[in-house]
Amino acid sequence: MMANKVYSSPAAALDGLLFDRMCIMSGGFGLSGNPESLIPEIKAAGVVDLTVISNNCGAEGFGLWMLLENRQIAKMISSYVGDNKLFERLYLDGQLALELNPQGTLAERIRAGGAGIPAFYTATGVGTVVAEGKPVEEFDGRLYVREHWLRADLATIKAWRSDPEGNLQFRKTARNFNPIMATAARTTVVEVEEIVPAGAIDPDHVHTPGIYVDRIVLSTINEKRVENLTVREREAV
Amino acid sequence: MGWSRNDMAQRAARELRDGFYVNLGIGIPTLVANHIPSDMKVTLQSENGMLGMGPFPYPDEVDPDLINAGKQTITALPTSSFFSSADSFAMIRGGHIDLTILGAMEVSARGDIANWTIPGKTLKGIGGAMDLVAGVRRVVAVMDHVSKDGRSKIVEQCSLPLTGTGVVDLIISNLCVFSCAEDGSGLTLLELAPDVTLEQVRQNTGAPFSVAGAA
Repeated sequence: MMANKVYSSPAAALDGLLFDRMCIMSGGFGLSGNPESLIPEIKAAGVVDLTVISNNCGAEGFGLWMLLENRQIAKMISSYVGDNKLFERLYLDGQLALELNPQGTLAERIRAGGAGIPAFYTATGVGTVVAEGKPVEEFDGRLYVREHWLRADLATIKAWRSDPEGNLQFRKTARNFNPIMATAARTTVVEVEEIVPAGAIDPDHVHTPGIYVDRIVLSTINEKRVENLTVREREAV
Repeated sequence: MGWSRNDMAQRAARELRDGFYVNLGIGIPTLVANHIPSDMKVTLQSENGMLGMGPFPYPDEVDPDLINAGKQTITALPTSSFFSSADSFAMIRGGHIDLTILGAMEVSARGDIANWTIPGKTLKGIGGAMDLVAGVRRVVAVMDHVSKDGRSKIVEQCSLPLTGTGVVDLIISNLCVFSCAEDGSGLTLLELAPDVTLEQVRQNTGAPFSVAGAA
């Protein structure tokens, strides 16, 4: 039988991939571009002592927050805690390890992981707690700190559309960390709002080529909660 | 006495130049967008992966897939582009952004800035702040001159965990405008807010400074 990347349900798409103490990358910035259908299946599987790499950790009742609440996460590698009270409390109580990264360093570490580059130098964080204990070197008269790649056992990501090959398109700012995480894990599972036939995506318009995608599933949850609704009023005519 | 939040944003907008690519932080810096001169082309970058930020949407235009770095719903412009977080920070860290305007908890005379955490009080995280101060060509800090408990936020040496060292070019407070010398030699007072005296600035500033134009 020919290889088929399309799975019938979020649970089927994660079948056989989850285990205790694994490292998972999960896409999204705030609540935008989160794999909303896959995360509840990680909760249902009950795997524990997870290391999760994600810019944030969901928000109350949403996204990765439910894995925190279920005490499945041992360590977060993130850039921002924000108003996530549970995240803050578990960390301050010593129940959660946290590695805070500058957001650009986090993104580049993931990109490097996907590109087979074990370390790189950046000016970001030099002279701050972020650079403590890391080699610092001078290039062309400026100091740079060495940062290491990030890789994971599994990436759970959210895209807008996929074809059967796993060629992906993202939508607006829901793209964020998803394309780079797709490159940096041993297995990448993507949930999408639409699976389109081969040929429906112009090859020139593919954001993530299918080589990075192992399993594709249609999203079953597309709540897309808005964190900070900000609007302007129409002026009266 | 001094400048309001909106006045400070208006003063910060005078640092914009035609053709600039700009990243605005959360809080007062966000208000700078309301003061972009109409005869000037300024492109706003949002570090979650967008160039060319438009205004807030009308209620029937809200799109949950279109937010800024403050997680506010926004709109795109006909010339906008979207990209990944890695591309976004390559723009920032690669020196392609002309100007960033950021809030600050403390700034030192040599241009060190602390704006991401108060140990034991807040754990918000770092976000893009360290990347912006390290990578953007010109860094403007907009801040209250004095903290709520009466201490100067412009100091000889920062006491809070740093965001970056020797990176701030200009400080706009509710009392005045200081430049930070690129060689780390200290602050120069450039402007006073209306009805603010030099003496008031001296009393409220925790670091020595020179006065522009004074011998």
